[in-house]
Amino acid sequence: MPLLEIRNLHAKIGDREILRGIDLTVNAGEVHAIMGPNGSGKSTLAQVLSGRDLYEVTEGEVLYDGKNLLEMEPEERAREGIFMAFQYPVEIPGVSNLYFLKAALNAVRKHRGLEEMDAMDFLSFVKQRMQLMEMDQELLNRAVNAGFSGGEKKRNEIFHMAVLEPRLAVLDETDSGLDIDALRIVAGGVNALRSPERAMIVVTHYQRLLNYIVPDVVHVLSEGRIVKSGDKNLALELEESGYAAFEEEEAEALKRA
Amino acid sequence: MSSHTETIERFANQEYKWGFVTDIGTDSVPPGLNEDVIRVISAKKNEPEFMLEWRLKAYRHWLTMKEPEWANVHYPPIDYSAIIYYSAPKMNKDRPKSLDEVDPELLRTYEKLGIPLHERELLAGVAVDAVFDSVSVATTFKEKLASMGIIFCSFSEAVQEHPELVQKYLGTVVPFSDNFYAALNSAVFSDGSFCYVPKGVRCPMELSTYFRINAQNTGQFERTLIIADEGAYVSYLEGCTAPMRDENQLHAAVVELVAHDNATIKYSTVQNWYPGDKEGRGGIYNFVTKRGKCAGANSKISWTQVETGSAITWKYPSCLLIGDNSVGEFYSVALTNNRQQADTGTKMIHIGKNTTSTIVSKGISAGYGQNTYRGMVKILKGATGARNYSQCDSLLLGDKCGAHTFPYLEVKNTSSQVEHEASTSKIGEDQIFYCRQRGLSTEDAVSMIVHGFCKEVFRELPMEFAVEAQKLLGVSLEGSVG
Repeated sequence: MPLLEIRNLHAKIGDREILRGIDLTVNAGEVHAIMGPNGSGKSTLAQVLSGRDLYEVTEGEVLYDGKNLLEMEPEERAREGIFMAFQYPVEIPGVSNLYFLKAALNAVRKHRGLEEMDAMDFLSFVKQRMQLMEMDQELLNRAVNAGFSGGEKKRNEIFHMAVLEPRLAVLDETDSGLDIDALRIVAGGVNALRSPERAMIVVTHYQRLLNYIVPDVVHVLSEGRIVKSGDKNLALELEESGYAAFEEEEAEALKRA
Repeated sequence: MSSHTETIERFANQEYKWGFVTDIGTDSVPPGLNEDVIRVISAKKNEPEFMLEWRLKAYRHWLTMKEPEWANVHYPPIDYSAIIYYSAPKMNKDRPKSLDEVDPELLRTYEKLGIPLHERELLAGVAVDAVFDSVSVATTFKEKLASMGIIFCSFSEAVQEHPELVQKYLGTVVPFSDNFYAALNSAVFSDGSFCYVPKGVRCPMELSTYFRINAQNTGQFERTLIIADEGAYVSYLEGCTAPMRDENQLHAAVVELVAHDNATIKYSTVQNWYPGDKEGRGGIYNFVTKRGKCAGANSKISWTQVETGSAITWKYPSCLLIGDNSVGEFYSVALTNNRQQADTGTKMIHIGKNTTSTIVSKGISAGYGQNTYRGMVKILKGATGARNYSQCDSLLLGDKCGAHTFPYLEVKNTSSQVEHEASTSKIGEDQIFYCRQRGLSTEDAVSMIVHGFCKEVFRELPMEFAVEAQKLLGVSLEGSVG
């Protein structure tokens, strides 16, 4: 059974339809890249998977581990192992990163019937995960994302992922706003978390990230549909020809239809 | 969108958990106020002549005064003639010598509140001067404190045992003519706490009083006086919850603090009186005058308050910074939900040279709650080098509540520095969603965000109080890790 199965997914915000029939199957252990121009629906797809209620699903279904994902509340999805690295992580003033993560991890553990982790165990666990992200320990005690630089925020997202150990991670434009060094660190963290049990969906506008996180499958999204899928070479091709080619291709297809 | 609003409403609409009435026979005077009632109160307490004189002067002055109307709060007129001005729990004539002699019903009340005296004594190292209605029924740790020369007792006891100290300090910070409620309190106050820390003594434990309002229709008029002599240090905790009831109850307390040279007084409050029901029926009217006098050089007075209860809160813990280099602080969290109204803040009056004050106010409004910060920073001519920093933040939960800020600045010395920062924010849907995506429920997310908002104030609270405060806001303790 695939970990995630999306069938004919349609979603809109207000009156505007953004996803127009997405079909996507992701198996455990795979890394899928979703690429596409601005406005193609990449971020919407990520948000719908995480349960953001700004979007209304009008058609189709999403099965996660065989269960109907669309019926689940966002926190339930998180506890079931879905993680989203946000494109714009929010700031939560006054709540330390450490405290926040402990509460989150224990919510997840409780859901899975595991014992809650106490302060000492959590601290040593977290320190070990921090090394993955080459993160300064000082960031643990600072309020969640408050006053973090753009790069720090993105690294913090991957650090959250490392602590929460999801089964399906959705990375929403994690590369945007990163310089090359930060990109390398973030990608290093992501690669360290690749495992046969875990799947990842990497949403990105640029091929650049995929030099560091090498995907098993690349999908090109345009106007709310996946217009082409292939291996990592598709991303390189895209880099050369640009998205316009696909848009034209799709326009042709639409004309023919 | 809708699920978010619903949950915030659910969060805001949590029932008041501490409502219950203890049935103890009370020994009350009839409702209404006149000079005879004051004489009865004074006589029942066996007060010296100067006390009666002072009460009567206050009463006569009160008759000339009008209830203040400037506060941003609304309530039906109070019928002062319907209030019972004195009631005491009935007991075997004399006051109990130990807890064994205390009415078991009363002890159970404390247990229901989660503050069993025994445990508090043993575990928290807190000396408890328990005020039940109007008369103190139990005082603990007094002997240990006495060995250090610290006087910590009920106000009535202080009047009997240390009349010279009472006479010297009573009304020196809040004169009976100060305002309508202070005058009323001065005339009829029944009891409260008294503390004197002698020169050079550091009080080894947090001093604590639990105020309770219990007998129906009894306005409670507490009076607290704390004096820290030269170089002394004391931290005082005041906390209260009250039984559920339908009729409004008036509470008009007065707190006076005096800090001499190099002395420090830290005064912390957690206030959780019955706030009224969802429609705003019932609930306590909390009209309190709290003021500290930094009389000596290098003295410091620090107020920290967490105000979550009461139908109406009218309260401005203030500092008179008279001594050179003296320091005044005010840290406040005020939460209003349903129909609660709070008009609270502080006054920092800079008189001495190089005096500094810090104001951190956090207002949280939910439901139809109205939250007003009203603060005054006054820098007098002689206050060379005075500095003030004020920060007033408001957090809104939902869209039917309100936050208001009225900062008053009066600066008469050009060498002073005054800073004021203010912000108003709403708990963002993005913030809540972010938390939920990490596995937290919406309630936990809201609690966490609210707690984060209040953190700077909670930090100022003594540990056991911080826990209680966080419980009151429905939040688990932060900072237990790392």
